[in-house]
Amino acid sequence: MALLERWLKHIALEVQEYVQLVHAAFIGMFRPPFYTHDIVEQFDLIGVGSLTVVLLTGFFTGAALASQSGLTLDQFGARPVVGRLVSASMIKELGPVLAGLMLVGRVGSGIAAELGSMVVTDQINALRALGTDPVRKLVVPRVLAGFFMAPVLTIMSDFVGITGGWLVSRFQLEVPTGLYWSSVTRSLYVQDVYMGLIKPFVLGFVIVTIACHVGLRTSGGTQGVGRSTTMAVVAGSVAVIAADFFVTQLIIKLLY
Amino acid sequence: MATETAVTVRQILSEPGAPVIVFDRVQLGFDEKPVLEDMSFTVLKGHTKIILGASGSGKSTALKIIVGLLRADAGVVWVNGQRVDQLSEDQLMAVRGDLGMIFQEGALFDSLTVRENVGYKLYEETDLPIPQIDRRVVEVLGFIGLTEHMNKMPSELSGGQRRRVAIARAMAFRPSIMLYDEATTGLDPITANTVNDEMIKLRDLNGVSSVIVTHQLRDAFYVATHMAVRDSSGDVRIVPATPGKEREAEFIMLQNGLIIFEGDADALRASTDPYIREFLS
Repeated sequence: MALLERWLKHIALEVQEYVQLVHAAFIGMFRPPFYTHDIVEQFDLIGVGSLTVVLLTGFFTGAALASQSGLTLDQFGARPVVGRLVSASMIKELGPVLAGLMLVGRVGSGIAAELGSMVVTDQINALRALGTDPVRKLVVPRVLAGFFMAPVLTIMSDFVGITGGWLVSRFQLEVPTGLYWSSVTRSLYVQDVYMGLIKPFVLGFVIVTIACHVGLRTSGGTQGVGRSTTMAVVAGSVAVIAADFFVTQLIIKLLY
Repeated sequence: MATETAVTVRQILSEPGAPVIVFDRVQLGFDEKPVLEDMSFTVLKGHTKIILGASGSGKSTALKIIVGLLRADAGVVWVNGQRVDQLSEDQLMAVRGDLGMIFQEGALFDSLTVRENVGYKLYEETDLPIPQIDRRVVEVLGFIGLTEHMNKMPSELSGGQRRRVAIARAMAFRPSIMLYDEATTGLDPITANTVNDEMIKLRDLNGVSSVIVTHQLRDAFYVATHMAVRDSSGDVRIVPATPGKEREAEFIMLQNGLIIFEGDADALRASTDPYIREFLS
């Protein structure tokens, strides 16, 4: 019983600290000082730095999806609509989620390790002692970059994934190019596009705020940094899948 | 009324020997374990307070309370006429503008060069023109004799050089109070002396009040019993302190969060307390 109570208290404390951090970051976005240089740097690190991994993941996912779908659709004689299936899956679900998971692995772990190292080496305390708010200096630029770059990366991942699907459809499934691309565009509704665009904003925000929270709560030296990095990846991945589910439900309810 | 009070506080603090840091019955505990118990002391302007004690006795905790990194559970803490125990994080930023803190191991920013580390506060938190900041950085690095390392990364420096850069970073914005947290721990005696000399120079040439936390007795006595003088040619020399100057350095001995001794170097040497005798031996 005491163990359960302690565990519940721990969870409540974590949630409270997370909410406080998000609140402080939100305030920090609108009140000076603004660390413009850090914001630009984080846009580059998170956006441009993650481009390769996100594009490769998108491309191979789209290609594999077309290949697998082709086999299934053949059973119904519906091979020509493979583009519809690839585009709907990539834009509504796989694009945002896979880009999110890649960002967790690349960006979330990096943020947790960097901030965790700064905590255990007293650099965060040094920042505060020098009159800098660590949330404004470190968290706000990362949150802004995650929030705005995740959708950009997802759009690119979607496009590359659909292109990967086209390559497989054209050369393996022998679906004519014109038919594939018309099937891609014809099946898309504006609600699908909204869903594909709204999700990555939420996922980018969740990934980065969790990583910052875990990183800034690091304790226990270098071992603690390792623990925080693992925690950021695990918690971030679960949060991406869970947030995807809830956002999907919300958008279906509101838009469809 | 508030303006009048502020003016009075400024007048009091501008006088020699004014109390710049006051700890009044400060208590702090972690997980119901007391770390500081009824700790009271005063640091006077231009004077040095040396806090001694074994590891875990609460020395570093006291420094973190002064700078507002930790909040006391009870008691009152005054820094430069402001009650830091009641201030919000935003309000503390103003108080920290006059406090320089040197952390254990230096806590330099890994991703910044020595120049960027030293000028950090001026580059990031002020609107001063860049050339003016650059001049100040060169001046401060010259003061600690590390100008030639200006463009190196912290990882390229030795332990002693890192501590000295940390001192330069803390003094770059001309604070009137310096807090040293184990600034010489882990350094060889010769390197430790170069760091000690910087502390003495800052105190005696720039009039900086200091709180030094250490368990290195040799370094504590060295700082307390030496002074910096500038000779007619402008060179700075470290010489044995005059009796009057020696009395400006006071020792505090902590044991499990309690002050068990407060006095000057002579009184500390003469103490018959068994714990202090064991610590000094």
